[in-house]
Amino acid sequence: MAAPTGAATLLSKVGMGRYLAKRFGISLLTVFGIVVVVFFIVRVVPGDAASLRAGPYANEERIQYIADQYGLDDPISEQFVDYISGFVRGDLGVSIRTDQPVLGELVDRLPASLELALYSVVLAVLIGVPLGIVAAAKQGTWLDHFARFFAVLGSSMALFWLGLLLIFFFAFGLRWFPGPVDRLAVGTSPPPMVTGFFTIDGVLSGQFAVAWEAVRYLALPVFTLGFVLAAPILKMVRAAMIEALDSDFVRTAKAVGVPRTQMLFVDGTRNALIPVITTIGIVFGFMLGGNIIVEFLFSWPGVGRYAFDAISTRDLESLQGFVIMVGVLYVILNIVIDVGYALADPRIRLGRTSSK
Amino acid sequence: MSTTVPDRSPDFVPEEFAGAEKQSRTRRSLGFVRRKPLLVIGAALLLLFTGLAIIGPFFVGDPLSTDPANTFQPPSAEYWFGTDRFGRDVFARSVYAARLDLTIGIVISVLAMTVGSVIGVIAGYFGGATDEVMMRLTDVVLAFPGFVLALIIVAALEETMVNVILAVSVSFVPYFIRLTRAQVLKERELEYVDGARLAGNSSLRVAFRHVLPNSLGPSVVGATLVTGYAVLTVAGLAFLSVGIQPPTAEWGVMVGEGAKDIITGEWWTSLFPGGMIVLAVMAFHFIGDEFGGDTAS
Repeated sequence: MAAPTGAATLLSKVGMGRYLAKRFGISLLTVFGIVVVVFFIVRVVPGDAASLRAGPYANEERIQYIADQYGLDDPISEQFVDYISGFVRGDLGVSIRTDQPVLGELVDRLPASLELALYSVVLAVLIGVPLGIVAAAKQGTWLDHFARFFAVLGSSMALFWLGLLLIFFFAFGLRWFPGPVDRLAVGTSPPPMVTGFFTIDGVLSGQFAVAWEAVRYLALPVFTLGFVLAAPILKMVRAAMIEALDSDFVRTAKAVGVPRTQMLFVDGTRNALIPVITTIGIVFGFMLGGNIIVEFLFSWPGVGRYAFDAISTRDLESLQGFVIMVGVLYVILNIVIDVGYALADPRIRLGRTSSK
Repeated sequence: MSTTVPDRSPDFVPEEFAGAEKQSRTRRSLGFVRRKPLLVIGAALLLLFTGLAIIGPFFVGDPLSTDPANTFQPPSAEYWFGTDRFGRDVFARSVYAARLDLTIGIVISVLAMTVGSVIGVIAGYFGGATDEVMMRLTDVVLAFPGFVLALIIVAALEETMVNVILAVSVSFVPYFIRLTRAQVLKERELEYVDGARLAGNSSLRVAFRHVLPNSLGPSVVGATLVTGYAVLTVAGLAFLSVGIQPPTAEWGVMVGEGAKDIITGEWWTSLFPGGMIVLAVMAFHFIGDEFGGDTAS
């Protein structure tokens, strides 16, 4: 029995290697495409690039300074080569507003966004998954209608409106949570940096009061995002569960007399897992760049807020860096998800994705 | 319940019960409400908002006229949604905004669907290198959240309403490319396509006259959902003061302007127009969700 097992491992390793190489090649192409597209959107705009960046009140000297600094008078092909070679060296340019390297500014702000994203997605999963399972099990009943109503409400929700509503009732009205100002109260110094997540760093350093404060400041933005992100998860869980419960093996399980709860929560959920994980991955991917609206509304000092500041001051260099970062992070996340599938499902890594 | 007609075939009414037809029809439509309550809510909302958008502006005052003597009036019989910091009637502005937002949403959706299904049918029907190049380009566009993509396009261009519409449309095109392409891949294997080809039609004609119309189903359902998402995107951009600018009567602009009033207790300037956005988007999503479901978000 040793030989076939060895052969199978070898085959799967070859398959995996080829799959990874192909997947990686496509991703590099996509990243290149992202940089090209963003560069051309930002640089090849009608109008004078330098005066657009300098703002409406700049004098001639300032405009000329910016044109020289960013090489805006060079031919577009030269600018493009400069930008690409900078990108390869990890240089996303220099912010016009702050004169700091864009990449460094983004990296500093990323933990705040990721902390917000992580808890929001966790909340969305905690709402979406159980509701989706129940809706599928009780398909066509009022419970199902309620779950679907909830999903439509979530996907129709304007983040800024829900956020304002929560601020109005829970921060200004009931005063249960702090107002939308920052990650911590003025005067509280952040815990020693380990992960950049104030909740985790607070606990790690034993500053439980700081960690609790971080939780209280997180609550409203997390609820705003979690409510909206729960909708696609709920829809996908419901659809995948209905399909799983309709399949042959569940019918067999039913015939054999497997208890309904076990069927629902063990057999059903296991087979609904892959599409649900994909959806969670996509949802998390959309949160990687932070959320501009929620970070603006709650004055959250993350990359989304950075993007907002860049827009309102017409700092196109920073905005360009932000958009490229979002795209690249999303591509990386997709590789991680796909490799996970390939490990779980041999059909995918052997290139038979469409076999069904 | 006294008439014991089996409920199985709703069209079959035995002669002796012919008189009861009217009653059973109402009962049947009540059954429809019970089976598809979400579709009924959606249709009702859509009717309400369409009516508001078309005839509403004829019945309310000027959305731009200011009244310094009447600033920050709370909701009352005279001002249903109150007045804002300039004394403008929030209800009148919300009604005009309904017309603007719904028009923009529909225009974006139709534009994105047209471009997306043309590209989708070319990629799907001709396959090969054309398909590969188009799908790689689609991957690039899909690597950005739609909101971020629309944002950077509007920020780089002049902030006019036309540019907002174009930018948001671009961000929804890949969704329609994928929907159409997937459908075309199934459709092109069917016999009528071979028939059309054998009858001497050029492949372009087969692709656009025969395959495309038969592959539009999912895109049409998708378009109802995208109309809702487009309204959300445009309003979200306006809330961040990108794109449509004050003093235009637009829901996102109104919420953005009114957001700071919340601190001083004047909740009506932002919460009413924001609620209108959510209700209007729900109308489209209830309907789109019922026919085929939402796989976009």
